[in-house]
Amino acid sequence: MKYELVAGFETHIELGTDTKIFCSCSTEFGGEPNSHCCPVCIGLPGTLPKLNKKVVEYGIMAGLATNCEIANVSKMDRKNYCYPDLPKAYQISQLYMPLCNRGYVELSNGRKIRIHHIHIEEDAGKLIHNHGDTYVDYNRGGVPLIEIVSEPDIRSVEEAREYVEKLQQIMRYIGISDCRMQEGSMRCDVNISVRPEGSQELGTRTEIKNMNSITFITKAMEYEYERQVDLIENGGQVVQETLRYDDATNTTSSMRSKEDAHDYRYFRDPDLVTICVTDEEIQEIKNKLPELPQKKCRRYIEEFGVPENDAFLLTKYRNISEYFDKAIEGLKKPRTVSNFIIGQIFRILQTEEDKEAFDIKVTPGQLNELCKLLEAGKIQNNLAKSTLDKMLESGKPYSEYISEEDMAGLDEGFVDELCRQAIEANPKAVEQFKAGKEKAIMAVMGYVMKNSKGKANAQDVLAKIKAMIG
Amino acid sequence: MGYIEKIQSMLTHGEITCVELTKKYLNAIETANSQLNAYVKITPETALDTAKKVDEKIARGESLLPLEGVPMTLKDNISTCGIETTCCSKILSGYTPIYDAKVWEILKAQNAVLLGKTNMDEFAMGSSSETSCFGGAANPFNTDHVSGGSSGGVASAVSADIAVFGLGSDTGGSIRQPASFCGIVGLKPTYGAVSRYGLIAYASSLDQIGPITKTVEDASVVYDAISIKDGNDSTSVGSKEKTFDTLDSDIKGLKIGIAREYLEGIRDDVKEAVLKAAKKYEEMGAEIVYFDFPALKYALPVYYILACAEASSNLGRYDGIRFGYKTEHYNGTHDMICKTRSEGFGEEVKRRILLGTYVLSAGYYDAYYKKAQNLRGTIIKAFDDVFKDVDVILAPTVPMTAFKKGQATSDPVETYLTDICTVPINIAGLPSVSLPCGFNSKGMPIGMQIIGGKFNEAKILNAAYKYEQACPENFKDTKWGVKL
Repeated sequence: MKYELVAGFETHIELGTDTKIFCSCSTEFGGEPNSHCCPVCIGLPGTLPKLNKKVVEYGIMAGLATNCEIANVSKMDRKNYCYPDLPKAYQISQLYMPLCNRGYVELSNGRKIRIHHIHIEEDAGKLIHNHGDTYVDYNRGGVPLIEIVSEPDIRSVEEAREYVEKLQQIMRYIGISDCRMQEGSMRCDVNISVRPEGSQELGTRTEIKNMNSITFITKAMEYEYERQVDLIENGGQVVQETLRYDDATNTTSSMRSKEDAHDYRYFRDPDLVTICVTDEEIQEIKNKLPELPQKKCRRYIEEFGVPENDAFLLTKYRNISEYFDKAIEGLKKPRTVSNFIIGQIFRILQTEEDKEAFDIKVTPGQLNELCKLLEAGKIQNNLAKSTLDKMLESGKPYSEYISEEDMAGLDEGFVDELCRQAIEANPKAVEQFKAGKEKAIMAVMGYVMKNSKGKANAQDVLAKIKAMIG
Repeated sequence: MGYIEKIQSMLTHGEITCVELTKKYLNAIETANSQLNAYVKITPETALDTAKKVDEKIARGESLLPLEGVPMTLKDNISTCGIETTCCSKILSGYTPIYDAKVWEILKAQNAVLLGKTNMDEFAMGSSSETSCFGGAANPFNTDHVSGGSSGGVASAVSADIAVFGLGSDTGGSIRQPASFCGIVGLKPTYGAVSRYGLIAYASSLDQIGPITKTVEDASVVYDAISIKDGNDSTSVGSKEKTFDTLDSDIKGLKIGIAREYLEGIRDDVKEAVLKAAKKYEEMGAEIVYFDFPALKYALPVYYILACAEASSNLGRYDGIRFGYKTEHYNGTHDMICKTRSEGFGEEVKRRILLGTYVLSAGYYDAYYKKAQNLRGTIIKAFDDVFKDVDVILAPTVPMTAFKKGQATSDPVETYLTDICTVPINIAGLPSVSLPCGFNSKGMPIGMQIIGGKFNEAKILNAAYKYEQACPENFKDTKWGVKL
């Protein structure tokens, strides 16, 4: 029997606000242990939380970017559990009335992964184990998070990967988080079950906690899928439990069973007042949102004729698409710019991090000027390419490398003369061409291009030579 | 004239220096406290330093702020930077806050003279101060009796004139009940009127800080000083008006409501005194209106469910990791937290944590917590309706007078029942002032409370002040303390 994988994600994303969710301590990653702390975020007796408005705004942005309904009225709840990294012994979160509800993320295959809700909450601190002792660092305690809870709509490991990547891309685009999984600013809990293909019922699920890499997520899901299928096929039953993934052995192991599940004793936090957001405020936030990557990508393809794959690469990171948008201003053929970015510029940006940062010496304006010369026919493609390489190294404008003379057009008679010389100098190639070998003419053309120092228009030269031979 | 005004007048007229005055109080504490156990920590250096500053100010001819130079005390659940704050619990022994509660910040800025921190029921849970890890505070009218709770230490100190005023906290009656037992004035302000920042939480949706004083005027002066909107407390609103300006306004035509249910199950002597006060009001031109208040019967269960639920969460942070008491011998983190809490908390606190944990548990939440929240709405609505017809409500503060020591701890449920008159006010977030209205045959004070609509502190203090003026015989000094 074939089994279908069913998965839902709970994704925690650290918000990039300057200050924490309930006090004015810095949210900066790292720092000396307990140096970003105050009486409020270490939970000293008598302290009270004060909600950071920016967190609500960012939460609404996340909701709008994932097609959620934004709640006009939402409330903060306490999630009670005892652990040394949680100084108050409760996490302030949202259960009963979250900020955003009923959204979705659309995958490239057209399937919509529904989002049940998005809520805002505070992060916990960190335990550090050292030589048998345990230390607590509360720097991360109180850093704002959103939790995006999906419906169990994911049907394959590939969909899971795309879902996480999409979320990452969207949140980075709207600028509310850097979503760095290795630094823990994006973490996923994966709920996973299997069922016979065609079945409509959900199987018993397990939850793999705290995944902080897309590779691990896919590996863990593959492992867990196999494990559950094996179990069922051998007459066993999946037990509802919480699992941890061990990347060293690529296996999952039990953290706690359903019976040991926490009773969080959620109740409304009496220290915080109801969060009220008007439709006008929501609209205001909506107006400020940048164009989202999926929409942008479609636009590049449809409006500019950028090939699908190129459009995807251009919109993968906000910095690239913003650069592109600026560099194409006033150009007839935006594809010139996308070709330069994906060809020339990507060559010097090897890693994904480099591409994301897109920190290059050439400004969009400088690239734009160069492309304008090309469009005006003042220079040819080869010269433009070699010039851009030099500009990328030095950060200087094209005028440093291209002289007036370079831009002055070639005398028609001179080009005709060069063509005649080229035919004379390459009798063999001419013969081959006449015999039907199309490619042979390239050698004749190369002679002209070389002797015109690349200034001749290749298209024109080709036409002239063909006419002369023919 | 209130004591605060009198003291400031003495100071500015050079009849006494603030240092001399402060020393008088410190000496009086030394004499009285061994028997009263009102103070759990005395802060002579802080007090004398402040007093010196006040004297310098007077010498420079500067005018005094409303509470400047006035010797006072704080309940031990109000955070004081650099001064140990324990909630009278072993689990907070050795805990010294690194920040000031908002109310103390305000008083400190006015150079109020802090004499020390006063006794209370552990984490404000109790009606006699006897759940304190330091033992109970005695009643200055008869030291065989309790001073009430949970702000029993403040009430005992103010009643015994070893503090001019004090700040207590009232979650279910903890300001008004001890004020009633000790024959003085206690104001529980509207929820949100006074910032809770720095008040060590018992039940966050019910807790409110307020003054305990010997006169209504003093309560008004202190309330006006501390009822300021505070950005640190999201539930803080501040007050809408100064109460002092209207203290002496005419109460002719004031409609005073009395709930029939409020007079049931009340000791005869208490009932008699309250009805006598009602008569007095009528003589002053007020109108007494009787009404039915069936929602009252929900008040106690609603209070104990909500208060315990919130407490179970608020008290989770006492784990021995960052501050306060930590067990000596343990095996791992879990064991350390369990032992620390088992050893650090007293019986009553444990009882309420267990109750609260239970009512919030999966499967019980709807039957208890949710139902209690709904009934809270019913009670709020019932009060709203009453205040459409009356200006203020008159009621006994406690169904009885101060009980003998040891009585409260022997039967917790019986003791919970004594909160019946005070808890509805906290549930509805209303202001209420308790003031003395007579004595029983054994000379123990009887208290009554005047309850108002939200943020109507001015109205209830006005009514209280008028009564105080008409019946000064109910405001008696005890044999203790500083006589000005």
